[in-house]
Order: sequence, then structure tokens, then C-alpha cells
Amino acid sequence: MSLAHEMAFANPNITAYAVEATEFPDMSRRYMVNGVPKTVVNEEVEILGAVPQDEFIEQALQLQTKTS
Amino acid sequence: MKRAVRLLFFTQTLDCETCMQTRQILDELPPLSDKITVEEVNFVLDADRAKEYGIERVPAVAIVYDDAGAIVPGAAGVPSAAAAPGAPGVIKDSRIRFLGAPAGYEFISLVQAILLVGGRDSILSAANRARVAAVAQPVRIQVFTTPG
Repeated sequence: MSLAHEMAFANPNITAYAVEATEFPDMSRRYMVNGVPKTVVNEEVEILGAVPQDEFIEQALQLQTKTS
Repeated sequence: MKRAVRLLFFTQTLDCETCMQTRQILDELPPLSDKITVEEVNFVLDADRAKEYGIERVPAVAIVYDDAGAIVPGAAGVPSAAAAPGAPGVIKDSRIRFLGAPAGYEFISLVQAILLVGGRDSILSAANRARVAAVAQPVRIQVFTTPG
């Protein structure tokens, strides 16, 4: 979780939500959360499990870096 | 902590099983530092504020901070709110949110987030900080967790 929060704090264009999966079963179903942590970026990118920092940033921003 | 941090706690009286538990968890934090405050926001009565912070469910926490508190004159722990009563500094949004009761591992995440907003150095590497800083489009990250 901390990486997503770090990203949000570092750039005003980024917002990060920590979602307690069991409290919001509708959201968990919608994003097909079968294990945690599961990260969903802009409804498109999914990151499963806890991954190292470089990999997390790489995957989380893959839609952004395409255009740059 | 260098900056004053406020936890905006979005809650409602009815139909919220974990709102009370969340309040109890959040109440543990202000005694730890005079730079941490909790402000309760009624999700139903103050819907505009919830919308402003992108909060669609409760319980939820949005972390904001007093940027004026970034400059603490002297080293003494004078809370910025007390230093300038009625004239709070500019409140800025960290864009860090918690949905659901921040219990268990999530409590650790919450404390980490408060320390970060309060002035702790980022754990991001210089290269990753640059990549994050270059983001020019809105990015919404949702991390699903469990209390563990």
C-alpha cells in the first residue's frame, strides 16, 4: 500500500485508495479480487501481490509511459 | 513530524457497521502527536465535501495537511493551529485515502501515510520519483487489502 500512497503524495495527478476488501464486497466482485494485495490502476492495469518498488512503478505507470 | 496532519473521517450514523470501530482506531492517533488531528465529516449531511474528496463510501479517511506547518519556526513543538488560531494555513490534500476500517495491517499503512505526509522522506528511489513526477494525466490507484 505504501508505494501507491507515496505516488499520490508525490504527484497531484495521482490519487491512491486503500480499500478494505471484505468491507466492500461489491467492489471486490467488480474488480475480481481473489487475493490481496491487488492493485487496480485506472480500471485497466492490475498488479497482483506485493511487488518490488521498480516493478510496481513500472506497471502502475505503464499506461502513462506509453505516450512519452 | 514537520507538518500538521489532519485525518478527515467520513462517516454516517446509520447503516455503517465499521464507522464506530474506525472512529475508535483514529482516536488512538492524536494522543501520539500534537500535529495529528481528526475531523469528522458527515457523509450524508456534508455530501459536497465527500464529493470534493472523491469519497463514495464510508467509513473513509482522507489525509490532508497544513502546508504552513511545513515551516516550523524554531524547534519547539508548537502546533500550527495554536500558533495561528482562526487563521489556519492552506490545507492541502495528500490524495491518500482509506476505505473501510484501518485495522490490522491497514493501521500500519495509515501510520506510515501520516508520517509521510507529516514530513518523512519518500521511500521512492530518485529514478522512480522522477517517473512519478512526470505523470500528467489523472491516475487513480486502488489497492485492495484485508486486515490480515
